[in-house]
Amino acid sequence: MDGMSKREFMDEHTHEHHDAHEHGHAHDNELRILSAATGAVASSDGASTPSSSTERTLDLAAVRTKLHAKTGKQYWRSLEELAEDPHFVELLQREFPRQAPSEWDEGVDRRDFLKLMAASLAFAGLSGCGIPPRENVVPYVKQPEGLVLGKPLFFATVMPFGADAIGVLVESHEGRPTKIEGNPDHPASLGGTNAFAQASILDLYDPDRAQITRNIGDIRSWSQFVDSAQAEAATIKSTNGANFRILTGTITSSLVLYQIQALLKLYPQAKWHQWEPAVSDGAREGAKQAFGRYLNTVYRVEKADVILSLDADFLASGPGNVRYMKDFYRRRKLSGPDGGMNRLYVVEPTPTVTGSTADHRLPLRASDVELFARALAAKLGLAGGATFPSAEKWLAAVAADLQKHRGASLVVAGEQQSAEVHALAHAINATLGNAGVTVFQTEPVEAQPVNHLQSITDLCADMDAGKVDTLLILGVNPIYTAPHDFDFVSKIKKVRNSVHVSSHFDETSAYTQWHVPESHYLETWGDARAFDGTLSVIQPLIAPLYASHSAREVLAAFSDKPGVSDYDALREKLKAANPGADFEKFWRETLNDGVVANSAFAPVADAAKFSLASLPPAKAIPAGELEFIFRPDPSIYDGRFANNGWLQELPKPLTKLVWDNAALVSAKTAEKLELNYTVASRGGEHGQVVSNVVDISLSDSKVTAAIWTLPGQADGVVVLPLGYGRSRAGYTGTNRGFNAYVVRTSQALFTAGGGTMKKTGADYPLACTQYHFNMEGRQILVSGTLHEYQQNPNFAHEHDEKPPYEDSLYKPQEFPYAGKPAWAMAIDLNSCNGCNACVVACQSENNIPVVGKDQVMRGREMHWIRIDRYYTNSLSATETGNKETGDPSQYNESLDNPETFFQPVPCQQCENAPCEQVCPVGATVHSSEGLNDMVYNRCIGTRYCSNNCPYKVRRFNFLRFQDWETPQLKLLRNPEVTVRSRGVMEKCTYCVQRISNVRIEADKQNRPIRDGEIVTACESACPAEAIVFGDQNDPTSRVAKLKAQQRNYTVLGELNARPRTTYLAAVRNPNPELEKA
Amino acid sequence: MSAAQPPVNHPEIRRLVPVLAPGHTYESVTEKISGVVLTRPLGLGWLAGFALAFSLLMMLTVAVAWLIAKGVGIWGINIPIGWGFAIVNFVWWIGIGHAGTLISAILFLLNQKWRTSINRFAEAMTLFAVACAGLFPLIHTGRPWMAYYMFPYPSTMGIWPQFRSPLIWDVFAVSTYGTVSLLFWFVGLIPDLATLRDRAPHQWQRMIFGALAMGWRGSARHWHRYQSAYMLLAGLATPLVLSVHTVVSFDFSVAIVPGWHTTIFPPYFVAGAIYSGFAMVLTIAIPLRAAYGLQDFITMRHLENMAKVMLATGLIVAYGYFFEWFLAGYSGNKFDMFLVQQRFHGPYSPYYFALILCNILTPQLLWIQKVRRNIPALFVMSLIINTGMWLERFVIVVISLTRDFMPSAWGRYSATVWDYATFVGTLGLFTTLLFLFARALPAIAMAEMRELVAHQTEEHE
Repeated sequence: MDGMSKREFMDEHTHEHHDAHEHGHAHDNELRILSAATGAVASSDGASTPSSSTERTLDLAAVRTKLHAKTGKQYWRSLEELAEDPHFVELLQREFPRQAPSEWDEGVDRRDFLKLMAASLAFAGLSGCGIPPRENVVPYVKQPEGLVLGKPLFFATVMPFGADAIGVLVESHEGRPTKIEGNPDHPASLGGTNAFAQASILDLYDPDRAQITRNIGDIRSWSQFVDSAQAEAATIKSTNGANFRILTGTITSSLVLYQIQALLKLYPQAKWHQWEPAVSDGAREGAKQAFGRYLNTVYRVEKADVILSLDADFLASGPGNVRYMKDFYRRRKLSGPDGGMNRLYVVEPTPTVTGSTADHRLPLRASDVELFARALAAKLGLAGGATFPSAEKWLAAVAADLQKHRGASLVVAGEQQSAEVHALAHAINATLGNAGVTVFQTEPVEAQPVNHLQSITDLCADMDAGKVDTLLILGVNPIYTAPHDFDFVSKIKKVRNSVHVSSHFDETSAYTQWHVPESHYLETWGDARAFDGTLSVIQPLIAPLYASHSAREVLAAFSDKPGVSDYDALREKLKAANPGADFEKFWRETLNDGVVANSAFAPVADAAKFSLASLPPAKAIPAGELEFIFRPDPSIYDGRFANNGWLQELPKPLTKLVWDNAALVSAKTAEKLELNYTVASRGGEHGQVVSNVVDISLSDSKVTAAIWTLPGQADGVVVLPLGYGRSRAGYTGTNRGFNAYVVRTSQALFTAGGGTMKKTGADYPLACTQYHFNMEGRQILVSGTLHEYQQNPNFAHEHDEKPPYEDSLYKPQEFPYAGKPAWAMAIDLNSCNGCNACVVACQSENNIPVVGKDQVMRGREMHWIRIDRYYTNSLSATETGNKETGDPSQYNESLDNPETFFQPVPCQQCENAPCEQVCPVGATVHSSEGLNDMVYNRCIGTRYCSNNCPYKVRRFNFLRFQDWETPQLKLLRNPEVTVRSRGVMEKCTYCVQRISNVRIEADKQNRPIRDGEIVTACESACPAEAIVFGDQNDPTSRVAKLKAQQRNYTVLGELNARPRTTYLAAVRNPNPELEKA
Repeated sequence: MSAAQPPVNHPEIRRLVPVLAPGHTYESVTEKISGVVLTRPLGLGWLAGFALAFSLLMMLTVAVAWLIAKGVGIWGINIPIGWGFAIVNFVWWIGIGHAGTLISAILFLLNQKWRTSINRFAEAMTLFAVACAGLFPLIHTGRPWMAYYMFPYPSTMGIWPQFRSPLIWDVFAVSTYGTVSLLFWFVGLIPDLATLRDRAPHQWQRMIFGALAMGWRGSARHWHRYQSAYMLLAGLATPLVLSVHTVVSFDFSVAIVPGWHTTIFPPYFVAGAIYSGFAMVLTIAIPLRAAYGLQDFITMRHLENMAKVMLATGLIVAYGYFFEWFLAGYSGNKFDMFLVQQRFHGPYSPYYFALILCNILTPQLLWIQKVRRNIPALFVMSLIINTGMWLERFVIVVISLTRDFMPSAWGRYSATVWDYATFVGTLGLFTTLLFLFARALPAIAMAEMRELVAHQTEEHE
């Protein structure tokens, strides 16, 4: 069998092999046994022993040799298994389909057989893991003399994410990381996190992670891989690396950079390529246009009074988003009507959380944003006479407002926008005097900034030309994410030896010779830079769960110094960077704090040397044409989180869709194309919507997608969210939604024209957790403008029908909360933009199960905190309208650009709780501190409490939603929270376990609980600090002060349930100039 | 009782069809009724009917077994619609039971002689309906094996049920109702069991009936005590007719859900219960009298009287509907007003219009005597009313929950195949028991019928 045919075997779509696979089994198996028998590792160069076509008999000699060749303890059920008899394995698979869940309906081909075998050997090999070398990690803040069982420890580390790293504190229970919190000392976090960071812990325990190194599906030990890599290194050396390529995503790690540079020095002709699919080169190239070189842009959002976003979702996406969210909303906290607020204008094609909470939002096609920016530049006195006739008034008002706030304004360009928009933003900021005040540049955070599109184009050209012999793919998935016109599959087939390092055995792994499982960031040492250049050490919380390795280790395996551990390499690197200082002290401080002190990059003084005249003419898509834009999905990003159940089941901030993506269109576009959907009778508004399916033909390719109408989207724009339609994501993420990468070419990475969209006549059920968006004239989400608030500070109570406190059969004096803490929560709707961090944080803290698409479509999702999204047509709280039904087709006109509001709804912890009175067994009862407690053991599941809950925050275990079998998931669970079984009701507890922990500590020290000492999971995660928890009996507490504000109101106060959770009315700060219109 | 004025002498009643066809003697009455149990061979019709009913019962056992194995998630319920078919069926079955108690106890106390020939199977119907009803609250819980928490047993943890919950009131109301109905039915059966014992051709029959007859010898003292006991039980059962469905209505009216929280529910539920109960008695009586040739005992007069009761209670129910609309508007409560509007315009409006058609419009035909005396028409109408009353409970239980306070949490409900299997399965349980009852026990009270013969004879003399 030569190398080519081996490679062909990997292509499971090749038709002939289905016909041939019966033979393939025996034949191939024989080959493997033979190669083992001769003592040769099935070598990667494909030079193999010629195979004899002997009968399929059990070769005892082969078994013995094979046993000898393996490391670790061996367990086998029969000699046939040991000899890896395909028939036995097939039998095994038939009998235990759980071991091969996704293969069940595909028949058994050679690939399945290999995978299955890999699994059984992996289990056998796991017991052989040795004691890891001694590498000390240093706990954060609490430094107990020894581990106290039952007491969690917190360790600081960072989660690398693209060109950013979010500082986190990880809660560890007896060595198991269980929960991610923000690191208050880290500049990219300041204590907040986002949904990705919260959910990353589930990735660690994902049972579908790749578990062992493989060579074309064959199990190999790490040392076998290193041996092979070393052999390869000799070949590479002989050609000076001319045929050696490395492909990575965006790297901010100095350690990985150091290792790559070492390789590039060793093999001077080798090349390093980078490909990050969801971020455009716009920011890099824009900086180059403006400053003549790649520079990193950092915003000082807190210093800006007026912000204009040019299609930038800077509050929820991109480097520094958590930090920017903190800074932005700290400028919107109101303590009274006399407070001031910043003002945000957003120009964007499709609603994002940033746009939805803007004071003024202008829906524009993505390709028009550049025209808008040019017109703005012209208006602000930069060269050029461009105008933007369709929104002249808007433009004039924004320009005037920006002018008025010179030096205190900010223009932000979007991650997916073109270089020109970025360059224009730099120029505008410079002309407004913002440079160096609200925005500044630093040296690039990326280890080596390059044009990614150019980079991957070059790589593909080299591969195509046969110039690539050895390719290392580190942490990226190009077969899934590369532009489809590159046809990466055919290119990679021309590479003799490819190595893929990734957490999962994914689309790319299936086509590479070697696959090395990549360690999670909680399992490995490393470093990463945050958006402002701050360096942090990634310290592991747990030894790798599987035989996984870091990208740096793989790189090192190809170097002349293989086998240096990450820990040693990192320490050496840091020592070299910090000579002279007491290194041990520095090291411990760095680990403890989670940041290398003072490592943020200093601003560079480069001024924008940019002339509008140098801009190429704008590329606009003709007005009549549909514009297709590609955006990372708000839940699973570019697809890297596709197998994360928490994120899959996380309702997307605006569409509230879960488990699927959909082609998003505006109401008018949908009407024009006669696209529609129906609310299904099962689940209905709170579950299932059956949507029309369209065929999208774009750039010589086709994809079929379900559509979704999104109010506020620009007309003629179709959003194709990336990240779905994965064919090898794992059990959770495979075959969900549609794959937008299929129609994405290198010419139109983010904005594409010239495509068509046609209705197919088919329908597709989508799971949507909140379809209805009208408040029906009820006092649920109160909002107003700053002006209204100043005129009428009591505007939130205009329509109150609050009954007197005494109106109850149960007298207030019977339940005094005096002398005790009265736990309460205040949620400032002014600060909530629906980013979802709290939802995942709650899920992680409280062991909340994922129920799957089918159950969500039945209206049975389990989130204890949900984020309701409402649209209103007017800023005035009094004119929310009273439409008969929630059918959006009835008021399309007003849905072109509605006001959008978000409202997080946890359990309201009513003092006069309707749920408690109707429970027949006393399973939900009131605590002396005013909590509405759930007693799971007592609950018999009548669901009466849920029916009687006006806020519908109770969740019921209709089936056994928890996974009780998967051992990895057992490690994930928070030991302080009961894992609920089926048949019981559950709901938000205000994180009662956290309250109890603090109360115990306070009691031990004989002192009252301090304000802010108890932080609920949602409060802690919230990057906007919208959620505040505390004791409302203590007038000095933050929560009591918030509740004392006039903006504070009770949802459905007329029911006299007296909730402890109250809301502060949302206040927008529109420009009076535009208001008059 | 026998000393009371024979009601047939009343001129108002005399013009009607008699309650017992003329020409019957003690012997003929006994022969005819006991013959069904003792001598009549198993007919093909009975076997076929029983087989069908029994297979539905088996479907119920499968549905319940699967439910216990998997959880209530096999049903269509969700959040926000926590209660679905199970509670609809519970209320419907409980309601059906009411006519039995009403006929037996209240009409007995009111000395309505026409009840005699229908009270026995009406009581049986009550029992079987309560059995069907009682099943649902048990199996609809998430953890039925923990349902004993609902009883105030001496728990070592010192925990009691939560007595403020209407579900606890339900437990007591329904279990009391079931117990009293069973006793009342059994006490009424004793003289007839003795008759069967004496006439049974086989030893095994004599042993079984003998044991059940509890040594009844028909002495004057026996009769005396029997009649006191029967009267007392009738007195006990009477308030239960009102209380059970009142308590069931509290399940809804105590809650704050718009569409549930209304004070008209108790009388409206009781009337609805009697309405559906009489419809069910008609649904059973009409085929029964045809199959066993009991036209002499269940006469046109019975059917017509029952039709009149249906008309009366149907009007009360219509009044209830009207007042729901009125009160929603009068109260000015936006949630209630929205709900009424939803009933007419919302996604479930076809159910509501069907309900009005079945429960309000159709029974108006009963004003016409010709319709009241047309047996096929009555039968069809009884089926329509049964359907209508089921729809009423569906509208109340399910539709109110679909759209309550928070628009963001609105949802919809659609039953699954297991919901239907369970519902149809209880129909199987009900009919299986009825089939067994019709063959194994006298479907008409022989002793009371003999009294009727005595009165009629007196009247003729």
